[in-house]
Amino acid sequence: MGLMIDIKKQYKDFTLEVNFDNRGSRLGIIGASGSGKSMLLKCLAGIITPDEGKIILNGRPLFDSVQGINVKPQRRKIGYLFQNYALFPHMTVAENIGIGLPKADKDQMAKILKIMDRFHLTALSEKYPRQISGGQQQRVALARCMILEPEILLLDEPFSALDDHLKDHLQKEVMDYLSDFNGDVVLVSHSRDEIYRMSDSLMVMEHGKSSFMGTTHEAFKSPKYKYVAKLTGCKNFSDLEDDGTFYFAKSWGLQYPKTQFLDVPKYLGIRAHDFIVHHELIEMPSNRLLRGKVLRTVEDIFELTFYIKPLHPSVSEDAEVVFKIAKSKWENRKIPDALILEIPLEHLIPLYA
Amino acid sequence: MSFSPILISLKTASLAILITFILGIFTAYIVVSIKSKGLKMVIDGILTMPLVLPPTVIGFMLLAIFGVNRPIGRLLLDFLGVKIVFSWTATVIAAIVISFPLMYRAARGAFEQVDETLIMAARTIGLNEWKIFWKIMMPLALPGVLSGGILSFARGLGEFGATAMIAGNIAGKTQTLPMAIYSEVAAGNMETARGYVWVVLTLSFFVVVSMNYFSVKRFDKSKSNASERLMEGEEWA
Repeated sequence: MGLMIDIKKQYKDFTLEVNFDNRGSRLGIIGASGSGKSMLLKCLAGIITPDEGKIILNGRPLFDSVQGINVKPQRRKIGYLFQNYALFPHMTVAENIGIGLPKADKDQMAKILKIMDRFHLTALSEKYPRQISGGQQQRVALARCMILEPEILLLDEPFSALDDHLKDHLQKEVMDYLSDFNGDVVLVSHSRDEIYRMSDSLMVMEHGKSSFMGTTHEAFKSPKYKYVAKLTGCKNFSDLEDDGTFYFAKSWGLQYPKTQFLDVPKYLGIRAHDFIVHHELIEMPSNRLLRGKVLRTVEDIFELTFYIKPLHPSVSEDAEVVFKIAKSKWENRKIPDALILEIPLEHLIPLYA
Repeated sequence: MSFSPILISLKTASLAILITFILGIFTAYIVVSIKSKGLKMVIDGILTMPLVLPPTVIGFMLLAIFGVNRPIGRLLLDFLGVKIVFSWTATVIAAIVISFPLMYRAARGAFEQVDETLIMAARTIGLNEWKIFWKIMMPLALPGVLSGGILSFARGLGEFGATAMIAGNIAGKTQTLPMAIYSEVAAGNMETARGYVWVVLTLSFFVVVSMNYFSVKRFDKSKSNASERLMEGEEWA
């Protein structure tokens, strides 16, 4: 049971090549814009026809290029929540929700009333989409999908059209509405927060290619690949040079004994939040301290960001390290010319490609 | 001033717009759903030709089709006993052919402006193409389609060149308003011509005003969400 997909689609010079097998979990798909996320959802829903491969939902083939199966979008039983919600502007909330129900359905009215009650839309039933807020529009779109009892729900960047202060609230709300939904959920987003909060397992898309990463939390904690680390928000990377017994991190000017790593990493990464700042000199193995000149700082509401040039002579001119610290921890100190940053070994992320 | 040209013109333009309206919408829907861009361009070009060609060229082509010595004209005459050339039907045919591109292009533009994701969404919630056309496409494209219809009606009302060639200028039969104005001026009856001119001016003015009315309505539909919400004092979440 669940969703099995293995498809290829060529569009101009872009190739979508996706292959995964999801069993009843909330799958999060993260990727930069243009990585093919939306195209994948459209293939699933039957709006775009793949060139080859197969899509099987709960044992039911939706697409199979060998057997010549291509189920119409109307018959796929897939709920699709569009980024802009795609509500019909000339219909009221109630009409929008009910239009997908077959005419022969005798309980039509009862079903509409029930779902409007569940999604707290009863008071809005006679309003038009342009008369209600973005969050309410999203609930209408979700209700319009759920009334048809889909086997799987596709969420395409569901919160990107909303104001920041609404996002947190609505993410929780959508999770609540989906809590009694038994089918698969596929969530596509470029926001790591959204993916981290709302998905159980993670798939990364880059240039049309998919890679399954296992559980979301594990993948965020220890990403194995540089592009995954980047997508999960890691800001600092260094190439590693093999010096015989040591690895030399070129962008930081630091050396690590090879024995420290179980296998052979190509890069090291460290998140901007994971440094420890020292305000006076401290005794410590030299490979745990990074001295750098402060190039510039950016002040946010709760956070300070430092852009630092490591002082080691062999570090290239354009090397830059990003360090972020909560303002409450910085305690109103003056911005110094140079900083001493400790790199805790447990926060070093070895990356293999 | 005789009322006959007014009646003939109104009758001709009304029947013509009825046919052009349906034909234009239907053709626009088909062209919009053509996937190949090249084919779309060629077909669009052919369908738009009557708009850019001199009406006399259209008249010439219509004569080449319906003339009694041409295959189709012959066939109609021999089997149905219908003679198209120099009949009232010919005024209608000329008006349809000349006004068709306006209707077709307006409808096509209106259909293409309907947000494509709405159509996709409609498919994923199970609506068939028939229902999508009637319940989603048509209502949303209606203002554009209607203003196209009005424009075509006006164009049909004013048709002269092609009508002159295929229907002639037979008083009481094929003499429409533009024909009558031409004849009266040619005969030196400026007063009568002026009367007809006023009729055409009045009709055309109402047409333009009603078209503006429909385009204003279209603007209302796309009014910004935020301003309207603020005006109605809606909550945000």
